[in-house]
Amino acid sequence: MLSNFLSYIFQGISITIAVTLVALPAGLVLGLGLALVNTYGGVWLKRLSALYSLLMRGVPPVVLLFILYFILSGNLVNLTPFWAGSVSLGVISSAYQMEILRGALLSISGGQMVAARAIGMSRLQAIQHIILPQALRIAIPPWSNEASIVLKDSSLVYALGVPEILRRAQQLSATTQQPLLAFGAAALIYFVLVFFVNRGLDVLAKKTRLPTQHA
Amino acid sequence: MDSPILQAKNLTKIYGQNVIFQDISLDVYRGETIVIIGPSGTGKSTLLRCMNLLTPIDSGKIFLNGKEITARDANEDKVRQQIGMVFQNFLLFNHLTAFDNVMIGLSKVKKMPKAQAREKALYELNRVGLSDRADHYPGQLSGGQLQRVGIARALAMDPSVMLFDEPTSALDPELIGEVLGVMETLSREHMTMLVVTHEMGFAREVANRIVFMEKGSIVEQGAPDDLFYRPQHERTREFLWKITELYGKKEEKS
Repeated sequence: MLSNFLSYIFQGISITIAVTLVALPAGLVLGLGLALVNTYGGVWLKRLSALYSLLMRGVPPVVLLFILYFILSGNLVNLTPFWAGSVSLGVISSAYQMEILRGALLSISGGQMVAARAIGMSRLQAIQHIILPQALRIAIPPWSNEASIVLKDSSLVYALGVPEILRRAQQLSATTQQPLLAFGAAALIYFVLVFFVNRGLDVLAKKTRLPTQHA
Repeated sequence: MDSPILQAKNLTKIYGQNVIFQDISLDVYRGETIVIIGPSGTGKSTLLRCMNLLTPIDSGKIFLNGKEITARDANEDKVRQQIGMVFQNFLLFNHLTAFDNVMIGLSKVKKMPKAQAREKALYELNRVGLSDRADHYPGQLSGGQLQRVGIARALAMDPSVMLFDEPTSALDPELIGEVLGVMETLSREHMTMLVVTHEMGFAREVANRIVFMEKGSIVEQGAPDDLFYRPQHERTREFLWKITELYGKKEEKS
């Protein structure tokens, strides 16, 4: 009985991971674009991206998830709950990732850009070859934190009926009358996943660290 | 006489209400080493930054090899490839080794094949005496070494002109010599150089021409001996007297 119990929840792991693997990279691409626009763009691009960040970070993720879900699985586009939920989480995360990357970009001294331009690089080349390699290194630790938040927030898509870990735990709790066991198992799985994501990114940070960079 | 390799015509730069310099004209000829001297805040560094378009000018024209680089359709990135610049605070790329600092312009800007870029980068590092520091990161180098890598990075692009913006001002006194030594060699090899510095020894020994700037204009220019021993203007005399006295005192102490 217990093994059936666990294997039912375990089947949700792959969906939880899949949601995270869509949401996190989507948020990274969008967040990086927004961070670059906010740092190097004109006045209006700066204002618009700042407004986006303010709105996105000012509303609870679950509320945004519902709003975006009803947009993404409406008449114009009709995504499945899995895709609508994952993309929505990515959009929500993009605002946080934008702030992380913006901070990292701003921490690179302006002289690096000047020196890159002085050897004939275009602005884009300077960003690509000089600014980003330095900024991304700095961004890994705070980004690791955001990655674990997205992983945990992937549980929100249970509200859309996506059969990930939490959804399955809730079903088991209802059918077996064992809520403590069901949600305890879910908690344990999330903890292990988050633990390994953070450790993995620690290793990445260590591997990319410059010999002159402080830990 | 040759036509100038780099020519500034009636340059003016204004920040808000402040006139940084006004109506500056300067001809730089091939193989010439010109040293610009003058009190702080007279626009020497800004002038240098305007010469390779890092800072836009408000009026006037700049020509490189007879072509106007301040024209609307000029490609700024292409222009800067031909004008090397060395900065007071070095500005090496912090995430790259000394070797990669020199090579990145070759591989990413000039799109040179890897093997050829490597060879060239090593040659330039060797030229400034740092081939044994190739795999060191900027954080592992001394100030003098940093600046020599900075010079190698600029030289690697095979520029027509080299601009030096107070290249030794941020260095400890005992490290100044190694940088000036490299610059002196370059000058002897007939690199065209425009140098802003307070090193009067270098100006007197190495320069072909000294330009004295004050309050945003060129007061006087000429051969080092003329400027040092027969200055035409009272201000030039005063400035040189003051700075030589300072320099002399420093030497006495050490």
